[in-house]
Amino acid sequence: MASISFQVNGKPQSVEVDPDTPLLWVLRDNLSLTGTKYGCGIGQCGACTVHLEGNPTRSCSIAVSDVAGKSVTTIEGLSADRSHAIQQAWIAEQVPQCGYCQSGQVMAAAALLAKKPKPTDADIDRSMSGNICRCGTYQRIRRAIHRAAGQIDAESAAAISSAASGTSASQILHIDNSEVPASDHCTACFVSAPSQGGAR
Amino acid sequence: MSAPASRLTRRNFLKTTAASGAALVVGFHWSTAFAQSENDAKNQEKPRVNPFTAWIHIDKDSNATLIVPKSEMGQGILTSLAMILADEMELDWRNVHVEHADTKPELYSLGTGGSGSIAESYTNLRQAGAAAREMLIKAAALNWGVDPVSCHAKDGAVIHNPRAHRLTYGELVEKASKLPVPDLHKVALKNPDDFHYIGKGIPHIDIPSKVDGSAQFGIDVRVPGMLHAVIARCPVYGGKVKSFDATKAKSVPGVQQVVEIDPVVDDCHSAGGVAVVADSTWAAMKGREALQVEWDLGPSASINSASLREQMKSLTAKPCKPVRADGDADAALAKSSKTIEAEYELPFQAHATMEPMNCTADVRADGATLWAPTQSPDWIQGTVAKVCGLKPPSIVVNTTLMGGGFGRRYHTDFGVEAAQVSKAVGKPVQVLWTREDDIQHDFYRPTFHHRMAASLDDSGKITAWRHRLSSTSIALFWRPTPKPEEQEIGGALWPPYAMSNFRIEYAPATSGIPVMWWRSVEESSSGFVVESFIDELAAAAKMDPLEYRLRLLGKTHLVGHKNSDDDVLLDTGRLKGVLQLAAEKANWGKPLPAGHGMGIATFYSFNTYAAHAAEVSVESDGTLKIHRITSAVDCGRVIDPNGVKAMMESAVVYALTAMFNEITVENGHAKQSNFDTYDMLRLRDMPPVEAFIVPSTKLPTGMGEPCLPPVAPAVTNAIFAATGKRIRRLPIRPADLA
Repeated sequence: MASISFQVNGKPQSVEVDPDTPLLWVLRDNLSLTGTKYGCGIGQCGACTVHLEGNPTRSCSIAVSDVAGKSVTTIEGLSADRSHAIQQAWIAEQVPQCGYCQSGQVMAAAALLAKKPKPTDADIDRSMSGNICRCGTYQRIRRAIHRAAGQIDAESAAAISSAASGTSASQILHIDNSEVPASDHCTACFVSAPSQGGAR
Repeated sequence: MSAPASRLTRRNFLKTTAASGAALVVGFHWSTAFAQSENDAKNQEKPRVNPFTAWIHIDKDSNATLIVPKSEMGQGILTSLAMILADEMELDWRNVHVEHADTKPELYSLGTGGSGSIAESYTNLRQAGAAAREMLIKAAALNWGVDPVSCHAKDGAVIHNPRAHRLTYGELVEKASKLPVPDLHKVALKNPDDFHYIGKGIPHIDIPSKVDGSAQFGIDVRVPGMLHAVIARCPVYGGKVKSFDATKAKSVPGVQQVVEIDPVVDDCHSAGGVAVVADSTWAAMKGREALQVEWDLGPSASINSASLREQMKSLTAKPCKPVRADGDADAALAKSSKTIEAEYELPFQAHATMEPMNCTADVRADGATLWAPTQSPDWIQGTVAKVCGLKPPSIVVNTTLMGGGFGRRYHTDFGVEAAQVSKAVGKPVQVLWTREDDIQHDFYRPTFHHRMAASLDDSGKITAWRHRLSSTSIALFWRPTPKPEEQEIGGALWPPYAMSNFRIEYAPATSGIPVMWWRSVEESSSGFVVESFIDELAAAAKMDPLEYRLRLLGKTHLVGHKNSDDDVLLDTGRLKGVLQLAAEKANWGKPLPAGHGMGIATFYSFNTYAAHAAEVSVESDGTLKIHRITSAVDCGRVIDPNGVKAMMESAVVYALTAMFNEITVENGHAKQSNFDTYDMLRLRDMPPVEAFIVPSTKLPTGMGEPCLPPVAPAVTNAIFAATGKRIRRLPIRPADLA
C-alpha cells in the first residue's frame, strides 16, 4: 500500500492503495467516479479513456503510481453541465444507444478536437478506432465530431442527410418534427430534431 | 415548477422490501420464456388495473413518471414506450420522466427480448393511457359540474372550452385516481392522425445521462458496505471444483473472504466456482490470480469446433429428421437435370456486450435485493428465490441500465452467482465478470451446418428445395426435448419464394457447449442460408438477383402456417416493398465503379420485413472494402423513427462483426478471451449505412433483431457480384478472397 496524490478534475486527491492498481479502479472504487468504464482491462476497447495531462489515456492500463503528481480529467470533469462541444454534438446527433462505451468515446473525441479543431475523416478514423462500440453508433460519432468541429451546421446536416436519403420520394415516411416539444434538459436536441427524424 | 434532476429517475437503491403486499408465487416457467412473444400480450391484459398505480405516477406539479416494464439496453425502449403512453394520455413531454418497473410479474410483463416490446406494449399502453385520460377528464368534469364530453385533455391539463376552465393533471390526479377504472378494452383510443409524439423525432430520454457519465449501469451500483467479488470458474462448462487453496489469495491486501459456490443447473446453468471477495475490484482480481484451484473438467473437456464441424457435416450427409415437407423434394431432385448443391456453415459467436456481466446482491434471512443489468428481472427473481430458499415476492430486482444485452442478459447466471456470494458472506456484494470471464463463459450463438439442394426448370423456377440442417441445439442444451429443432430453423421453415417441392430436415449435434439466444437467434443463420442460396439459384438461372427474388415472391400473398391466433404470416407484398426500396435507394442495376459489386438480401423475422443492398470491392490482395449499406425496413407503424434508424445501423455493425470473427472451441472452452483475439468492428471499418423506412399504418413490430439476418448475405452476395467468389462459410477468411 502506498499513498498517491494526483489531481482529478481539477481537485487534489490522495489515495491509499496498492501502487500497481490501475487508475481505472482507483477512479471507480476509491473516488466513486463511475463514469469511466471497464471494458477489457487490456487497452483494447477504449471504454476507460480519460485525459492524462490532456492526452487520451487508457486508465485500465496505467498504474495509479504512474499518475502521481499528474492531472487527470474524467468524463465527469469534461464540463459541469454537458456544455462541451462534443457532448452537445453527441446529444444533437443522438449518438448513444446503450451508452456504456460513450464516456470513452466522448473523451477520445474531445482529445481529438483539442488537438485538431477541424479533423478530417482520416483523423477521425485514426483517433476513434481504438474505441469499440457494439451498438453501432460509429457513423453518428463521425457526424457528431464534424458537428462539434463546426463542419456541419444544423441546416447543412439536414440537407446532406436529406440528399442521402432522398426524402422527396413519396415512399419514404415523412416525419414532421415541427411540433415536437423540446426536452427541458437539452434544448440542443430540439434544434437538431429535423436531422434525427425522417429527414435523415 | 420543480422537476426531478434527471428525467431518468433513479430507483431507490436502498429499498429492501417489495412494495407489493400481494403474495403471488411466480416461479419461472421455461415454456413461458420460449413462447414469450405469444403469451405475454395475453398475460398483460389485466382489465381494471388502475393506471395511476401501475403505469403513471403524477405529482402535484404535474411531473409524470411513467413506469416502463421493459429493460433499456440501448434500443431506446424507455423513450418509445413513454411516447406511446404520453401521446394517448395527452401529457406534456417536458414533464415526462421514466423509471424501470418493479419486479411484479403479477402486474407487468417484464422480459425484454424477441424484439417484442413495442408489439406487445403498443395497444396495452394506449389503453392504459386512454383510461388515465378518461379518469382525469371525468375528475375535472365532476369538479366543474359539467358533462365530460364537453371537456378535452391537452398538454397535461383538462380544458373545458365554453367556460375557459383549465385544471392540470397535477391538480386532478388525486381525485382521478380514485374514480372507477374504465374497461380497458372499451376506452376510446385516439385517432392516429392526432398523434403528437408517435412517429416523431423525439430525443431519447436517457441520452443526456450517457454523455456525462451520470448514467447508472449495473457495474456502477454502489451500496453502503458493499464488497467486490470475482469468481474463478471451471474453464470447461460442466466441470467442478475438485479442491482449492485460498492461502495466497487471502494474503492479497484487501481480500476478505474466499468462498465456493455451487453450479446451478436448472433454468440457470451457472458455472459455480470459487469467489474471491474483497474491498475493491482490483484486490478481488489480484486475489483470484493468486488463488489455486484444481478442477474436475468434466465430460465436455474434449469438445472442439473442428470435430463438431465434422460431426454436423456427416449428420447432414444423410437424411435427418423431417421437420416440414411439401410435395416430394427428393423425387423432384432425383429426376431434375439441373440441380444446385451447397453447404453453408456458421460458427459459435459470443455476445460481447460492452458492459461485462455483473450483478450486485444483498441477501438477508428474510429477503434479498438485487441490482441487475437484466433483460429478465422476473426470471432472476424466481431463480434466486429457489437458490436462496426465499419466496419470490421477498426478492426485489432493481433493473439498471445495461451496457448492451443482445440476449445475453436474458440469462440468470450472473444474478444467481451474486446472490450466492452475498448469502455466503452475509454482506452486499457486487460480482463483476472480467472481459475474459465474459467471453469464455458465455452462452454462445450455436454453430450451424446447412446442406442445401435445389433443382430448377428451364425458366428458373424452383422445382425442389431440400434443406438439411445440423446445429448445437439450444433447446437440447437446456433440457431434454423431442423437438431440438425448435430454435434452430426460424424463417427457413417457410422460405417466401415460390417452390413446388419443399423439405427441411434437422439433426442436433452432440455438444455440451452452452448455447442460447444471440441477437436474432436462429435467424442469423437461416437468413444467411436462405438468402445466399436463393442468390445461387438466381445465378444458376442466369437472372438478376433482384428480379429473380421479385418474380418468385409473386403476387401479394401470405406465407406460413398459423399455429395460434397470435401468429402473423409473412406478406410477400411487404417483403417486396423493402426489397424494392433498398434496391431503388442503392441505385440497383446502375453501373458501378470497376471492381465493385452489389448484393441484395431480404428477410422476414420477428414480424418485421428487412432488406439490405451492399456495395463492396475486393482488392487484389484480398482486402474487402464495404463501401455502403442501403437498408430498408417495414416494421408497421413507426413509433420512434430515430430509434428505428439507430436499430438499423446497429444491426449492420453487429452482423458485420460476426462476419469476420468467431468463437472457436478447443478442449471444451473458447480459444478467444478478449478483444485482442475476438475483435470487434471498428469505426474505421464501418461502412456508411443509409436507412429507409416503408410507411405503414399496420400494427407496430419490433426492431431489435430483424435487420440483422439479411446483412451477411447482402455482403456475401455483393462479394459474388464483384468477384464471382461465393462465401459459404462464416467468418470470411482472408484465403476466401485472395
